[in-house]
Amino acid sequence: MIAWTIYLTFGGAVLLLVLPREFARWIALLATISGLALGTLAFVGMPISNLAHFTTIVRVPWVPALGMNYHLALDGVSLTMVLVTGISAVSTVLFSWDVEYRQNEFFFWLLLVVGGCYGVFLSADLFLLFVFYELVIVPKYFLIAIFGSTNKEYGAMKLTLYSFFGGMFVFIGILVAYVSGGSLDLNQLSQFEFSPQLQSWAFPVLFFGFVVLAGIWPLHTWAPTGHAAAPTAGSMLLAGIVMKLGSYAALRVAMNLFPQGFQIWSKWIAVLAVIGIVYAAAVALRQRDLKFVIGYSSVSHMGFVLLGLATANVLGVSGAVLQMFSHGVIAALLFAVAGRMIYRRTHTRELDALSEMNLSHAMPFAAFTFVVAAAASMGIPGFSGFAAEITILIGAWKTYPVAVWIAGAGIVIVAAFTLRALKLSFFGGKDVQDEVTTATTFRREEFNPITIPEKIGACMLMLTTLAVGVYPKLLLDRIMPAVETMRFLK
Amino acid sequence: MVGLVTAIILIPLIGAVAVCTWPPASAEATTGRLRNGRPIALLFNIISAGCAIALWRNFDATATGLQFVERHAWIPAINAEYLVGVDGLSLLLVLLTSLIIPFAFLAPPPPNGSRAFYATMLVMQSALYGTFTAQNFVLWFLFYEMSLIPGFLLIKIWGGGNRDRAATKFFLYTFLGSVAMLLSFLGIYLAKGTFDFSALARLGRSGLLEGNLAWLAFAGIFVGLAVKVPLFPFHTWLPDAYQTAPTGVSMVLTGLLSKMGVYGFVRLLLPLFPHEIKVIGPWLLTLVVCSIVFAPLAAWAQRDLKRMIAYLSINHLGYCMLGLFATAASPAVAASIDTHAALSGVFMQIFNHGVTAAMLFYFVGLLEHRRGLRGIDDFGGLMQRTPLLCGWMSVAMFSSLGLPGLNGFIGEFLIFKGSFAMAAVFTAIAVIGLLVTAIVFMRAMQCLFSGPLAESCSAFPDLLRNEKLVVVPVTLLMFAIGIAPQFIFNIFNTTVVHMARLLS
Repeated sequence: MIAWTIYLTFGGAVLLLVLPREFARWIALLATISGLALGTLAFVGMPISNLAHFTTIVRVPWVPALGMNYHLALDGVSLTMVLVTGISAVSTVLFSWDVEYRQNEFFFWLLLVVGGCYGVFLSADLFLLFVFYELVIVPKYFLIAIFGSTNKEYGAMKLTLYSFFGGMFVFIGILVAYVSGGSLDLNQLSQFEFSPQLQSWAFPVLFFGFVVLAGIWPLHTWAPTGHAAAPTAGSMLLAGIVMKLGSYAALRVAMNLFPQGFQIWSKWIAVLAVIGIVYAAAVALRQRDLKFVIGYSSVSHMGFVLLGLATANVLGVSGAVLQMFSHGVIAALLFAVAGRMIYRRTHTRELDALSEMNLSHAMPFAAFTFVVAAAASMGIPGFSGFAAEITILIGAWKTYPVAVWIAGAGIVIVAAFTLRALKLSFFGGKDVQDEVTTATTFRREEFNPITIPEKIGACMLMLTTLAVGVYPKLLLDRIMPAVETMRFLK
Repeated sequence: MVGLVTAIILIPLIGAVAVCTWPPASAEATTGRLRNGRPIALLFNIISAGCAIALWRNFDATATGLQFVERHAWIPAINAEYLVGVDGLSLLLVLLTSLIIPFAFLAPPPPNGSRAFYATMLVMQSALYGTFTAQNFVLWFLFYEMSLIPGFLLIKIWGGGNRDRAATKFFLYTFLGSVAMLLSFLGIYLAKGTFDFSALARLGRSGLLEGNLAWLAFAGIFVGLAVKVPLFPFHTWLPDAYQTAPTGVSMVLTGLLSKMGVYGFVRLLLPLFPHEIKVIGPWLLTLVVCSIVFAPLAAWAQRDLKRMIAYLSINHLGYCMLGLFATAASPAVAASIDTHAALSGVFMQIFNHGVTAAMLFYFVGLLEHRRGLRGIDDFGGLMQRTPLLCGWMSVAMFSSLGLPGLNGFIGEFLIFKGSFAMAAVFTAIAVIGLLVTAIVFMRAMQCLFSGPLAESCSAFPDLLRNEKLVVVPVTLLMFAIGIAPQFIFNIFNTTVVHMARLLS
């Protein structure tokens, strides 16, 4: 049943091409909502015990000569990712409700990205996974290049080239796995014993190929530029889901197939992850463009995912998966505020310019949303970010105690730059005298009010991060058994 | 079924939602909004105060251990439970919170105060209740951090001059401390596998961690809590924050938020690291004595009344820390009468300082509301114009400097009595603090109340009716505690005995 997330999303995309533009956003909304509904149904309905193994749901021969199958499977980890995809997708459509320019095309590309992501998270065939993985890149390029802002061609091109660059290594890795393992089936391959020599070099090729997309330091530079150039919907999807494709595939494919290679390289992954956490946070502290701040914060948060993966224990890896979910929601929320609520109304993202406007008076709802998003992003307890980070840090403490302290310093810097962004964007950076404030303050009426779809989207994301933060057991119960059965732990 | 403690935590949150969503009474937008927040907020305060009193009524003062315990699985992966309950200390602080917050709402609101102001304060209240009742570290930390964002916003949006810097400083100092504390606790968790306060306290006697790791964890937790209290030299955020915050918020910051730190010391640091504290006890006591002596000297130099009281706050919380560290660091086996005295004094001081310091900020708020300024030189001869205000304010000042018969005396006396037996030299030096505090208050009284009536103060109204509503009950409470403190002691006597046994 969950396989229909893919079909419905792609079906919606095809419908968009044939139906007139009046229907465009409704079709997109319907397609994404049905995807989310299917994910939620599976989440509620599936017994937890069924989610421990990567259980096949569809398996149709595709190119039998090469052993390619159309093979989908589901476990707790992929279900979590499907769920966050659904949530981000619905909110993205809601926040793109008033896109006027080439509407059909916009939603078409958007649905392709979403469908491709569903595909990656559900694929149990290496080749199929790769197809979906590459499929996401093209619509992403068009979304940014056509609908983006500031420096969009550059951003789109950089992002695409990085993705293809990573994809090239992934392709080599897949070929190696296929040739020596003799199969493309992930479940079969994860039983196969690759020779240690092969693992020691095939693992980094595959792993680093994937995590380019997850924004690992020093291959992260596409992320801030891409996020800033993308239209809001694009940034939300990019940070929310597409970055997770890299880390998910790294976990599902690279780590699971080459456990010994992983053991050799895990400490270097941890080193890069920790550098990424601190470095990106420090860079974000100096940014003037709100979207760049959030872009770098994404890199920093993805550093936590990689640190969690590098710990190679159940807690750390489960925390990493939880962080993927959590960051998907939080980043979407942050970009929604920065791109939709602020930028579309003020036509600037420069923090200095925004600090003159005292936006908290003009847009109280946006201010509230941004406060919640900032708190969640800083890792204030009660929001999903904290639940994920604490799980990762406990896991990491077992393997890399030093990394925990450095990452802790990273958390403080994250708090510092988030606070700075919050202050400058909504609460007027400087202590302006009251007379001056009243003179320059934008009153409520000067901006269009926050629309209903925007409110629904924001509330949905806020409730999600709050629910997972207050009761992370919901997801962890499903993630941990699935992680426990993975091979690299043994 | 929601238990009483959970209800107390949730009621302010519901109140915050109610304040935000309640439609304004009339169409005139801004004034209607302002008027609308307060009654609803107060209504929810009354409900939660009712719950707190119910808690007090049903509290068995003779039983050791936690009461009203609610325990549910929360994050089983890391052994974090939803575990709330109260013992004497928790109950004392819950009562203090229920007392201070309504008065903070009744203080002169900030000029641009809106419904959001009251909602934010209510979120803060919920965080405070949670901090004082949570008995599992992760849950406790959740509430502890939950107070940060409201605190930041309250200072940043509704503060006075220099609010940006003050709010950022407040947030980053505390956040830095919290992260250090969190990481230390993760280390402890990995060694011992539990976040449960009482289990950790039992394990603490045999040492939680080995060697350097123990010191690292100790340092992390110490810094986290010392920033919050604050203890010299981690206090530099405090004068800015207290000075800038609007009156009601200053009352909450000094009356309650600082108690989070003291509470953390009692609940976490002392039981968990008895050996470490014994080893570096003299150094900790030195820091405490510095807080006690330097803070009033700094207060002496201030011209701004709020800043002056802020520095005195550091001094008063220093007494709490003196009692705690003297008890925990005393090398010989101290007589139980001394440890009991010191600990009872600390708990008493927690409550008294909460009431008195909040009251002082309230009075300064009243003066500022009338005059528009709050420098010590901006007033003069108030006694002629506003005798009632001056009279009641002097009571609060005398209470703060520890005049017998008022509440401040009891706590300080017990702390000094207990500590002197255990750490004579440090206590002797700390007495200087008492003297300087007295000088500071005397000077303030002289400048404000006596002398010729200042031109600018000639039109001051005396205490208004709604102001008396705050002043009279609190002052009566000060006298009640000063004369017959037994009803407060009864709350925490058993807890003190239990804790003394834990620490010896």
